[in-house]
Amino acid sequence: MKFTSAKKLAGLSVLLIFCFMLAACSDNEANGSGDGGSKDELTITFRGGGGSNEGLVEWLNEEVIPQFNEEHPDVNVKLSPLKVNEGDYFAKVALLLKSENTAPDLVTEDTFMVNSDASAGYLEPISDKVKGWDEWGNFTENVKAGVIAEDGEIYGVPYNTDSRGLWYNKKVLKEAGVSVPWEPKTWDDILAAAKAVKKNMPKDVVPLWMNSGKATGEATSMQTFEMLLYGTGDPLYDQDKKKWIVKSDGLSDTFKFIDQVYEQDLGPDLSKALNGQGGTIAYQQLMPQGKLGIGLDGIWQAGTWREGGPAPWPESDKDLGFAAMPTQNGQDPGTTSMSGGWALSIPSKSNNKDLAWEFIKMASTKENNLNLQLKDRSLTPREDVAEEEEYQQMDFFEEASAYLENTHFRPAVDKYPRVSTVIQTLVENVVTDKLTPEQAADQYKKEVTDIVGADKVVER
Amino acid sequence: MLRSIFFLLPSWILLLVFFVGPILLTFYFSFTNLALTGTQAQSMEFVGFQNFAAMFEDPGFRVSVMKTIVFLFLSAIVGQQVLGFLLAILMKEKNQAFRRIIGIIVIAGWVTPEIVVAFCWVAFLSDSGTLNMLLNSLGLESITWLYSFPMISVCIANIWHGTAFSMMVFQASLDDVPKTVEEAAIIDGASKFQVLTRIILPMVKGSIVTNMILVTLQTLGVFTLIFTMTGGGPGTATQTLPIFMYNQAFVNYQLGYGTAISLVLLIIGIFASLFYIRSMKVQI
Repeated sequence: MKFTSAKKLAGLSVLLIFCFMLAACSDNEANGSGDGGSKDELTITFRGGGGSNEGLVEWLNEEVIPQFNEEHPDVNVKLSPLKVNEGDYFAKVALLLKSENTAPDLVTEDTFMVNSDASAGYLEPISDKVKGWDEWGNFTENVKAGVIAEDGEIYGVPYNTDSRGLWYNKKVLKEAGVSVPWEPKTWDDILAAAKAVKKNMPKDVVPLWMNSGKATGEATSMQTFEMLLYGTGDPLYDQDKKKWIVKSDGLSDTFKFIDQVYEQDLGPDLSKALNGQGGTIAYQQLMPQGKLGIGLDGIWQAGTWREGGPAPWPESDKDLGFAAMPTQNGQDPGTTSMSGGWALSIPSKSNNKDLAWEFIKMASTKENNLNLQLKDRSLTPREDVAEEEEYQQMDFFEEASAYLENTHFRPAVDKYPRVSTVIQTLVENVVTDKLTPEQAADQYKKEVTDIVGADKVVER
Repeated sequence: MLRSIFFLLPSWILLLVFFVGPILLTFYFSFTNLALTGTQAQSMEFVGFQNFAAMFEDPGFRVSVMKTIVFLFLSAIVGQQVLGFLLAILMKEKNQAFRRIIGIIVIAGWVTPEIVVAFCWVAFLSDSGTLNMLLNSLGLESITWLYSFPMISVCIANIWHGTAFSMMVFQASLDDVPKTVEEAAIIDGASKFQVLTRIILPMVKGSIVTNMILVTLQTLGVFTLIFTMTGGGPGTATQTLPIFMYNQAFVNYQLGYGTAISLVLLIIGIFASLFYIRSMKVQI
């Protein structure tokens, strides 16, 4: 009796395990053959939630998806946003794209990740598709460069680009005794204006906001560090020699400037600055409340204040100015900016690549791209949209477009994302007084050399 | 013999697939340059001990080890262990209602999920949080607790969360100390302190060690609490090893390096356990 019940138990266990394995396998299959269902599904992944990309979501829901459904009534377009802060988005996307079961059919890629994700085999090259597409000629050449990887293939279609400058609250600056319109010519002019705000305005007014922590991720590298660095004349990467510049006066001076801002209490409280929500605090709360003098950030912030945006501010066109970022000492060409942008890419493990391409084509038409910029307030990657009157009349469009003249792009190489995280950590360490600017510059040299290899670095 | 192997087979399979497998995989990945993105995501290479060599040269690693030790010492050993023991002693032989009320309050911290604990403490300690509101109402200035005292803040949160566990372990073992032994000691003229140090402590030594190991291992792995409260910052102020590992694997995209760090964390856990067992001379 005892023996039989034990036998039964063992048999049952084995049976259970088999069932378990079988279930796991069949689940896999069901996911793998997504095409076979009665209604095709096209999933789109982007960074959403918490006020980010509201314009993009509105545009997808109201414009592109209804149009797409008219032509493809049997396709269900599903938005699957990643509700994470900027720093986490890229890791989450990489994890999603790794597996066939989780890869969406379309993903929005910041162009600085295109190279890296393409070399990881996560993205589908679409060069052939693009070549047969008559609209491609309307895209600006330097924006196209952002989606071409080192292997020469195209991995996405850009839907926006941007430029960066100094947002300033005219009322705050005027009250602080700074003449408006404010046109700083050197870094010292920026510090002088910030000092005036600190001296003449109440204590709760933040003079100058620059993204400075690891939590704000790429925004710390690009909107702060690189906006300064490229104004010194020393870039991150020597395009001709194909080497990273790990030591230069520009690097040291950039760390020094950041240090000065916080050393002299011209920046925000660190408890706010080192927060992942830093950008939201600065531009959705402080700036509209008149509690922020100057903010170094991108044109897309205008989308924050538009009607229907996350923090509508109807007077923003009158109360705000968008000044060009000056070069360090006013040296030629006088101003500097950084540009990036986002693209729609097809993951290599997508189940619906052809449909995804149809979607990209539809989303990228002249009319749709114009509609996106009106909602999202970024710059267009299309030359024909840039000529539209409606586009040109957008607030701050004129300034932002003018900055494109002296703009720079991040190095389009595989290792950039890792160098960028080194920058973020070092900036945070300087800001929190863990490192002096000199130590940070030395540390930069050491860490970047470790990442890219001693044969790929150069000193200036 | 054959029959017993047959019966154990299912548990063997489960153990291999869900326990040994991941550990071996971690072990393997820690010797590669596997990355989350870039060329090394698709063609990783075996790099030998390179990750470990890099780790010991990495100032970030040294900082994290120090932070881990501080966090472990303050929140697990001093905080949870000592506070848990004190609570258990104070509650010993007190009346039932009193025990129950204290017990419920302390255990509330234990049953609350880590992420909820973290949010509660963020709400309490943040710039515009409850504590600052209280201070303001008393006419005092706000203090940026999470920024100015990050390590203390996360330690207090961890103590709040974990003390109940130690308390329960000690309560159980204190109840096992025979009352007659204590009474005999008191009749022989021993003070209360002597009863505690000469009678009770030696008799519950085993529980102390077991609890120390469990609390240490649990605290070594604390991630959610710190990540939610401070993100490991400001700077590297609360960057313990799990946070450092996360940053390397998912922020710097270096999965190979990240798994190497996790392996070191595992080894630290093993050594800490052995150290406790040896130093307290007990048999487990």
